[in-house]
Amino acid sequence: MSALRVCVEGVGLWSPQLGNFAALQALLCGTAVPPPPARPAAAVLPPNERRRAPESVLLAVEVAGQAVAMSGHDAATLACVFASSHGDQATTDYMCRTLAQAPAELSPTRFHNSVHNAPAGYWTIATGCHAPSTAVAAQHASFGAGLLEAVTLALGEQRPVLLVCSDTAGSGPLRKVTGCTQPFGCALVLSPTPGEATLAQLALTLTPLRMATALPEPLASWPDINTSAAALPLLALLAHGHGCCELGAAATLGLHIDMEDSA
Amino acid sequence: MPVMTPLAITAHTATTALGCGLDAQLDALRHARSGLRRNDFGNAALPCWIGRVDGVEDSPLAADHATWDCRNNRLAWLGLRQDDFLARVHVARERYGPDRIALLLGTSTASIGATEQAYRQLDAAGDFARDPWHPGVHAPHSLAAFVTVALSLEGPCMTISTACSSSAKVFASAERMLRLGLIDAAVVGGVDTLCDSVLFGFNALELVSAEPCRPFDALRNGISIGEAAGFALLERVEAAPDAPRLLGYGEASDAHHMSTPHPQGLGAELALRDALVRAGIAAEQVDYINLHGTASLKNDEVEAALIGRTFPAGTRVSSTKGFTGHTLGAAGIVEAAIALLAIGHGFIPGNLGGSAPDPICGPQFAWRNERRRVDVALSNSFGFGGNNACLVFARAGFSA
Repeated sequence: MSALRVCVEGVGLWSPQLGNFAALQALLCGTAVPPPPARPAAAVLPPNERRRAPESVLLAVEVAGQAVAMSGHDAATLACVFASSHGDQATTDYMCRTLAQAPAELSPTRFHNSVHNAPAGYWTIATGCHAPSTAVAAQHASFGAGLLEAVTLALGEQRPVLLVCSDTAGSGPLRKVTGCTQPFGCALVLSPTPGEATLAQLALTLTPLRMATALPEPLASWPDINTSAAALPLLALLAHGHGCCELGAAATLGLHIDMEDSA
Repeated sequence: MPVMTPLAITAHTATTALGCGLDAQLDALRHARSGLRRNDFGNAALPCWIGRVDGVEDSPLAADHATWDCRNNRLAWLGLRQDDFLARVHVARERYGPDRIALLLGTSTASIGATEQAYRQLDAAGDFARDPWHPGVHAPHSLAAFVTVALSLEGPCMTISTACSSSAKVFASAERMLRLGLIDAAVVGGVDTLCDSVLFGFNALELVSAEPCRPFDALRNGISIGEAAGFALLERVEAAPDAPRLLGYGEASDAHHMSTPHPQGLGAELALRDALVRAGIAAEQVDYINLHGTASLKNDEVEAALIGRTFPAGTRVSSTKGFTGHTLGAAGIVEAAIALLAIGHGFIPGNLGGSAPDPICGPQFAWRNERRRVDVALSNSFGFGGNNACLVFARAGFSA
């Protein structure tokens, strides 16, 4: 196959240490950055939705909002791909705990918030987006698989696409099973053609899985405590502005990503 | 949007409450025999009807797949062994190589049933018991992670989980990957199994009927939840000119509500229009539509109105949820298989359970089985979060 070429037009990022992409850029330059407020603002959501949305939705909407604002696109026009390895772990913990103890008391709202596409649902409702939306998972490779889905959507349909990849921290006994001990979310707006908002041009090729690109400290261990942080090699590449990286796209499949000189 | 280059569906299979494999589906549909039964699932069974697959518990995985063992993956493995599907995938793997075949599967809850069970058996410290310790099954990707190992595939592998449209949307993702040259074939499909999360969850939303579901009936009062596994193998038409085809697909979002459809069916209509344009056909060329038709009050009202304003009286439409129950994330692939049966056998399955049709239903509804040549068949799938998909299938050689 020939390389898949796509342009990055916006980047969003949120973790307890880094409130946006600029904070990551500063961190990589050795500048100390203050942590963001404890809860993602998710300002795109109307206040009543923000109150009842689970944490996974706040995190996904926060990074999506950042990336879309940077891109200058109208969110309503963007097809969107929401990737997450584990969905909303607090909701899963609540559901399983309630079902084990008093199943008839299950909350209907928490049930509909338990679907893997809850962030996609809240996002499309809040932005009035009727474009195709999807929600995907691929265990440790959720970011790479989601990126592949978003890139094929952007190139196949010749339209800009919002990609979000986020995971919350684990709750209850599930926390030891998923190994997620802190939240992490990121988002990209990808376009098939260069434009005024283009930050970087990427060329992606599928390869047999080798080692994912190593990360500088203090980021090196982040992918071990949140599967969505597997996106960091690409985010660091975007922060540096040149080079290449490799990510997992499936159990035995990798994605090699070259950043190309902007036209 | 340019008209899509059709893809060949070179193998497919479905396992539902009607039985294992396509022959069992066809036989039950032809004899108007429902697969629904009184709920006998779980420890605290709700008073409702379910579409349960017999034999799942007795279908263990191979010993070297034991770390993936759970009810959902057992149903997947049972489903994969029907209709010669494993052998057809083997041939494709030999032909293209394992890294040139994608595996894209839909599921709404994957093996959450295994996680529910782990929570019922926590150890003294409140943690999951270490024996058996199968962390991979406690994740949404459990199904596809198991199937990729079972089929020895090494290409792109992804779970799509958009509630009840999941295993329809896999066809769209596969088509894009094929068109862009990432792959030469794709195994698509989906599996969902009965579990407390969906039984008690839909019950909490007051969407579960105490009786067998009655799609599009004036007195319908909710869904019957089912379980199913289904798979299809997609290749380029040149590889199999005589195979039935995926002609198009459409995807759209309601942007309305998390658990209620848009009152005018806006997302459903956008997905339908997208599918027809991509397939290069007019509404008049559609012979049969397998409806989403869950028997929920709102879905059926909105979907019947969409059919009434879009299709001529001669188009035949029905829901087959009265046969299988609502198989949630597997509904897309199951109903794709039924649409392909309609094409292959010149047969319209009647809308089982609609004995007193809702007056909103137009002349397009097939309340009983009909014999008729079917060249083009659609399947609608709509999910929570306002997630809509529509698939278009056609017989080999069909030309718009």
